[in-house]
Amino acid sequence: MRARATSRASHKSSVALRYHGVALLFGILAAALLLAFLAWFVGAPLRRPAADAGQSSERRALEAARDAKYQEIRDNELDFRTGKLSEDDFRALDRQLRAEAVEILHALDALG
Amino acid sequence: MAVAGRVALVIALLTALTGIAASVYGARSGRRELVEVGRRCVYGLAAILTVAFLILEVAFISNDFAYNTVAHNSSSTTPLFYRAAAMWGSQEGSLLLWVWLLSLWSSLAVFLTRNRLREIVPYAVAVLLGFATFFTSMLVFFVSPFATSSPAPANGVGLDPLLRNPSMMIHPPMLYSGYTFFTIPFAFAVGALITRRVDAEWVAVARRFALASWLFLGIGILLGAHWAYYEIGWGGYWGWDAVENAALMPWLLSTAFLHSIMIQEKRGMLKVWNASLVLGASTLAIVGTFLVRSGVLSSIHAFGASTLGVPFVILIGVMIAGSIYLVVSRRDVLRSEHRLDSLFSREAAFMLNNMLLVGLTFVIFWGTFFPLISGALTGTESEVGAPWFDRYTVPLALLLVLLAGIGPIIPWRRATTRNLRRNFTLPLCASALMALASFTIVPISSSVATVVLFCAAAFVVASIGQEFWRGYAARRAMSSDSPPLALVGMVRRNRRRYGGYIVHIGIAVLLIGVAASSTFTHTTFLSLARGQSTTVGGFRMTNVRPTAAIVTDPTSTGALLTLGVIMRVTNDGHYVTTLHPTAEYYPDPSGAEGAVGSLIGGDAVSELSVDSSLRRDISAAIDAADIQSALQGEINQANALVARDRTSARNRTELAYVLLAAIARGYLRHPPAAPLKLASTPLLTWLWLGALIIFAGGLIAIWPPPGAVAGRARARYLARVAQELGRA
Repeated sequence: MRARATSRASHKSSVALRYHGVALLFGILAAALLLAFLAWFVGAPLRRPAADAGQSSERRALEAARDAKYQEIRDNELDFRTGKLSEDDFRALDRQLRAEAVEILHALDALG
Repeated sequence: MAVAGRVALVIALLTALTGIAASVYGARSGRRELVEVGRRCVYGLAAILTVAFLILEVAFISNDFAYNTVAHNSSSTTPLFYRAAAMWGSQEGSLLLWVWLLSLWSSLAVFLTRNRLREIVPYAVAVLLGFATFFTSMLVFFVSPFATSSPAPANGVGLDPLLRNPSMMIHPPMLYSGYTFFTIPFAFAVGALITRRVDAEWVAVARRFALASWLFLGIGILLGAHWAYYEIGWGGYWGWDAVENAALMPWLLSTAFLHSIMIQEKRGMLKVWNASLVLGASTLAIVGTFLVRSGVLSSIHAFGASTLGVPFVILIGVMIAGSIYLVVSRRDVLRSEHRLDSLFSREAAFMLNNMLLVGLTFVIFWGTFFPLISGALTGTESEVGAPWFDRYTVPLALLLVLLAGIGPIIPWRRATTRNLRRNFTLPLCASALMALASFTIVPISSSVATVVLFCAAAFVVASIGQEFWRGYAARRAMSSDSPPLALVGMVRRNRRRYGGYIVHIGIAVLLIGVAASSTFTHTTFLSLARGQSTTVGGFRMTNVRPTAAIVTDPTSTGALLTLGVIMRVTNDGHYVTTLHPTAEYYPDPSGAEGAVGSLIGGDAVSELSVDSSLRRDISAAIDAADIQSALQGEINQANALVARDRTSARNRTELAYVLLAAIARGYLRHPPAAPLKLASTPLLTWLWLGALIIFAGGLIAIWPPPGAVAGRARARYLARVAQELGRA
């Protein structure tokens, strides 16, 4: 009786060992696959260098400045319409902001 | 699968290091393909950490107690909903959540800037991956979430009952999203300073990311307050706890940044200040993470003492030293382009708002770290309590609310007397009316600070209402839209402006809730036997009958025994509501309390029962420990009975449950007087309502403008600018 229990226990532990072995192998395989996929994905730009089709930093910065200036012109207009600015102040500020926008457009044109 | 998890973390660490090297070398050598490799490393990192996160999540859901973290923070009796959230109840699990969220948000930032900020992005990627390297190293070398034990325990300890609240499912992910999002404006600020490109493009990107981090962290803080209200402190939502403060500080600094960056955007001023604010807010976000994890300050939210303190101190030191060096060495590109035109201008209002917000942050910082400061100076750690915080924060908060009303109605550059008269008359009248009402109609003259806050809130609501009305009228005059469409169109075309205004209204509403609930609450601690009544804030509350539930607890938190009372609430004889406060008892896995005592000898949690309305909250909580003490005699007798049973372990367990059921029946037949906290709190719902308004406003402000509309506007303005050019 005791011998049967011992053999059942040893059978159980060998099944568990085999299970752990398979799990470990599966884990290593999965990790290797993950690593291979990652290396392929991350290293892709090295295999075919990307064409430098992006805009220059100066242009991007000027475009952002232009957008901000347009926003400022619109805000100024809304401030006038909601009574925060007198007509004289609005006109003077609007002229100044538009002049600044024109300068930015000049600079953008100069970049070609 | 634990092996796969460990391997995934090591691969994540290698990926982050590869990305840093590729980005920095690519930026310095001008090799775009290497910069692209760095960018892809961020995406790759997110993918690997998602795998690691899922492995651990599956372990929690499937009760795999071979994982130490699962065994210590979950159990087979923990409901599935809470098992899924149990990961962030542990140090290692929450660190994994932190770095996983960091990788996701970093990926989003890198994706959104794929065609922008070309010089800045490689350095920003290196900084983001630097943070990822730090946190992944913690997981690989200090506290592994994939550490296992063999043989695995049959069951786990269970999730801390205080964390068994629906808010906890989303509060930590939101809070960590806020913290991790703060690394993005930090990374882009570092990149901009390194490359000396603190220009309009950077401002646009930094503002949007700072707004996102402000939004997430704010939601996280409010969810934490909601959790605290229902789970701890018997109905308190804010305790000036070190970890709560740690989350509030970066939020306040980012609020300051979101205002002052507008001055840089419009006037080219405050560049040093803005760079310092964004770097400071992000550093404080890491300080907050450090406080939760190091155990240097005691807090109900912290994970206790750990070995992570020293690495965090080094990281914070590097962030502070690096930030100072960058700001000082780049002061030539951070020079202001204009000067302040007038003290009566929006710039001046924003500057004052910034000073108040930074002052508020400093007060909170001082109070939070006072135990450490006093310990270093005197050798004895002493804490400052809520009254200390209230004394200094309340006046600053009052001024901030007032500024929330002044800012929107004062123009940029210079305000004229006529303009001030036109815009301030209505809000000032509203404040005066509120003051009159406060001192005469409502009997609240006892609290000057609260009356001042109500007046300031009335000023805010009136000034923003006036802004909406005038904007709407202008829109109606310019278009033929129907009234609702005109209103929607006005907000859509000016999302930042009106989103911000809505946030200001939300702040006023939230602070009204805070002030009223703090000043005018009626609270009573007493014991009520069955049938007895008491009056709280004009409400008659009666202990109608006791309740008890075994195993099947009413709130599905996995409690083994739930005891409570039914309270009937009336006002002038009219029925108002029924409350059901409960005390939940969880098992003690050590078994030290005897067979029956251990079934309920673990944590005991009071569940608040609340009836909420816009006017007031009526709440009741029962003291779990007191009830347990009252039943201790019966528990001891039951323990002795089980100990005398010599049949089998299974029989003894069954007997223990039978006796526990008998104790619960005894509680129903002869209940002890219920130890209760009863409260009537006015306007508390306004706090949560204000929070919802704030986040709605934040979402409107962050939402990108529709491309077509922006394009049309741009084309129209281009034409108008060209016309000006022609005239010049």
